[in-house]
Amino acid sequence: MDNNSHDNMGKWEKFFRWVNGEDSIDSVWEKELRSRVIGRRKQRRKSMEENITKINSYGRKFYILLSVFVTVAYIGILLYTASLLPEHGAPLNPANNEVSKRYIESGVEETGAINIVSAMILDYRAFDTFGETVVLFTSVTCVAILLKRDKNNICAREDREAALDEAALNSDKSAILKFVARLVFPIITLYGIYVILNGHLSPGGGFSGGTIIGAGLILYSSAYGEHRARQFMSGKRFTGITAAALLVYFVSKGYSFFTGGNHIESVIPTGTPGKLLSGGLILPLNICVGVVVACTMYGFYSYFTKGDI
Amino acid sequence: MIKLLTTNHFEAAAIILFGIGFMNMLLQDNLIKKFIGLNIMDTAIYLYLVSYGYVAGRSAPIADAARAASMEDFINPIPSGLVLTGIVVSVSVTAFSLALVQRLYKKYGTLSFDEVLRKLRDGEAKTYDSDS
Amino acid sequence: MILTHNIAHNIPFISIFIAIFAGIVTPLISDGRKSRIFHLSAVAAVGILSALLLIHVNANQERFTFLMGHFPSPWGNELKAGPMEAVMAVVFSVVMFLTVTGGQYMIEKDILPEKQNLYYVMLNLLFGSMLALIYTNDIFTGYVFIEINTICSCAVIMSKDSGNGILATIRYLIMSILGSGLILFSIAMLYTVTGHLLFPQLKSGVMKLVNTGYYSFPLMITAGLFTLGIAVKSALFPFHTMLPGAYDAATPSSSGILSGLVLKSYIIFLIKVYYCVFTIEYLKEIKITNLIFFLGVCGMIFGSVMALKERRIRRVLAYSSVAQIGYIYMGLGLGTSVGVTAAMLHVVAHAVTKSLLFVCTGRMKDISLAGEADHCLKGIGHKDRIAGIGFTVGALSIIGIPLFAGFASKLYLAIASFYSPVKMAVALIMLAVSMVLNAMYFIPPVVDIWHPLTEKDANSKIVPCVVPTFAAAVVLFIAVNFLVGTCYDRIYDIFEVGVALMH
Repeated sequence: MDNNSHDNMGKWEKFFRWVNGEDSIDSVWEKELRSRVIGRRKQRRKSMEENITKINSYGRKFYILLSVFVTVAYIGILLYTASLLPEHGAPLNPANNEVSKRYIESGVEETGAINIVSAMILDYRAFDTFGETVVLFTSVTCVAILLKRDKNNICAREDREAALDEAALNSDKSAILKFVARLVFPIITLYGIYVILNGHLSPGGGFSGGTIIGAGLILYSSAYGEHRARQFMSGKRFTGITAAALLVYFVSKGYSFFTGGNHIESVIPTGTPGKLLSGGLILPLNICVGVVVACTMYGFYSYFTKGDI
Repeated sequence: MIKLLTTNHFEAAAIILFGIGFMNMLLQDNLIKKFIGLNIMDTAIYLYLVSYGYVAGRSAPIADAARAASMEDFINPIPSGLVLTGIVVSVSVTAFSLALVQRLYKKYGTLSFDEVLRKLRDGEAKTYDSDS
Repeated sequence: MILTHNIAHNIPFISIFIAIFAGIVTPLISDGRKSRIFHLSAVAAVGILSALLLIHVNANQERFTFLMGHFPSPWGNELKAGPMEAVMAVVFSVVMFLTVTGGQYMIEKDILPEKQNLYYVMLNLLFGSMLALIYTNDIFTGYVFIEINTICSCAVIMSKDSGNGILATIRYLIMSILGSGLILFSIAMLYTVTGHLLFPQLKSGVMKLVNTGYYSFPLMITAGLFTLGIAVKSALFPFHTMLPGAYDAATPSSSGILSGLVLKSYIIFLIKVYYCVFTIEYLKEIKITNLIFFLGVCGMIFGSVMALKERRIRRVLAYSSVAQIGYIYMGLGLGTSVGVTAAMLHVVAHAVTKSLLFVCTGRMKDISLAGEADHCLKGIGHKDRIAGIGFTVGALSIIGIPLFAGFASKLYLAIASFYSPVKMAVALIMLAVSMVLNAMYFIPPVVDIWHPLTEKDANSKIVPCVVPTFAAAVVLFIAVNFLVGTCYDRIYDIFEVGVALMH
């Protein structure tokens, strides 16, 4: 009621104003109407937005429920499946068949490598591993496309931070870090090289050894700053080394695939099993893989931190 | 189902882990957590694969050069090789996805998926620069 | 060195190696133009070799195995090629070559000059991984190359480097990783129940399990997970959410390649696994064919309805891709060799058509300057006749007008539906409905494009320069489209032989 009378008062006031010639009735009504329409529109938009957020929150709840349901159903079905699967660790499982038998029993003789996993991934099923190495190369190239500094990917804050880092590294504050890094870096690299070279003799190989060397490079680079790191690993050199290692891998494996596919005897000797120089192509392939992996790991690190190598 | 608890517990754990990763991927708003969820999923599959390579009482497949190897001595080497491949693939995918997230953060100043969507809809791009 | 073997049998291996070799060497070429020429010559070389392979296998009616190494089938990796694989390799090379040539001026505009060579690295590796997926005879090799394919396709989307593009890439990546996770899980389970990874042994292992009834439930779950994984990756209907954003944000060549080829390479891998591992009879028995038939039909209708709602032309094309993927899955879901053959023909027809549409749309958007909503394209056909004609041909082909590629595949899909009586009615009605819907969203843009110019427009608009590479690519695309649309029976025959040999 109150509201109504107030409204009426407003109307009378307007009427008086019109009578007194202060305003034309049309414009008064027009103004009134417009403000009302705009108000109503605003209200409508507001309610619509509320509705949308309400729907969104309902949608959100529905989505959460649905994902919980899907996940639980998925886990349930797979657990039931797992209970029907072959027993864990049983020697008579379907997977322990003539394939693993040949790998284990004739692997040493056929490939010259004592580490049967190495023999399998680098000789029997080498095409998979070739694909795997290409995956690493692909992803480091992708990271380069994304994070390499260019005119779309540059900001002042990062530059400032980089300058601060550089200044901190150049001061004496990080003397202990630098000293330890200088001490540890050769040991890490040596260990990585050992793991790579013994890939066909003991657990390890290109992938693990490469990661170890990559870790060493990252330690060196973070202790000494990008300028020192760039002295031995510039962008050009990085691309060159990675591509060269991949190409050597590619050509040697291509030779082996070509001879295998055309039923030609390969001329590469397998050597005496157990010696360092044995295993046919496995040792050079491990070295190539190691180089690619080490470069890739270092590449990830430097693109992520500095946006360049 | 009793078999599950007594023998196939590695597989059961792998499947539950997969579920956890899957849920994280679906429900996390933070992009890094989403990708960690995907990583957990991958890792669960490796656990599953490696556990099936195991054969009770046998050792790692490093042969002795001096005498002929017999299948009764060693576990199945194939799953180990497959997992090695899988791990390398998942490292690559993770690096790529984190690079994407870094670029997105530089552009929009947030890691929240919804927030990025909202900003994209409103047409504002709050860069990494401006919030310093 | 004496080749005791047939030389043509080396072609699958050589094609994969050419593509990947090009990918590895391209970062050393820092110039974008040179790396493009290198990429195009690699694709052309692969195309010529694949054509030779096609002639060879078609003449001998054979499907052969190529050892990747010195160890035969249960122990080492293998490639396998027959008529089906050869046709797909030829089509992929042709479409890849024309899409990149047609969109190269847009690549030069959209991608920063110093990163163009890296873009071509990605294209090379993408091409190599698609070839490997076509030729592989090993399920785990398939998985590894699916992953390369995923990373490369994401890289190709995001290389345009806009905020939108990065978000679309993240979506695409999440869906793709989910899909490959499911595929890997199913491969792991398949390995635990059969103990093999190569197709021939897997097939005999699966047959043994089906006949004896051991592990029947895990085997069913394995087939289901594999189908689900590939469905997520190839954007079958409920999993299509990643497509529109990605195609909208990428440079036209990328969208054309992704829609025309990348999605198809997963489907070809799925078909190979269906035939060479699970066998269609088993899939029919566990009703997976019904599931994909249902999802395919839903996709056909839903994709078209969503496309009707869209105003941005590239999103329309993306939803139309969802509908076309639905056609392919519908063909697979019929559960007969005829259906699968028709689906393969549709793979070819759609690859040829959709890439043409994306390339032309990119050009039209570029010269319209105003945007790519329907109304902004008014009269654009008069400004660049070739783009207009290309778009019109593509649209007519998608709708299914005779003489164009799309007609042939739809005809065969309709014929194939007669062979499975239960699904016939649904398939025929949905084909008709979807054809009408296709017409409803492709005719208005075509009409808009050829909208007569007003006097003022005609005088005021600056005539854009002709891009010869674009024009040549579109003309060739149209020729290929006509070729597929008129010689479809020949292609169908080759596929028929190919499918028969896969058994």
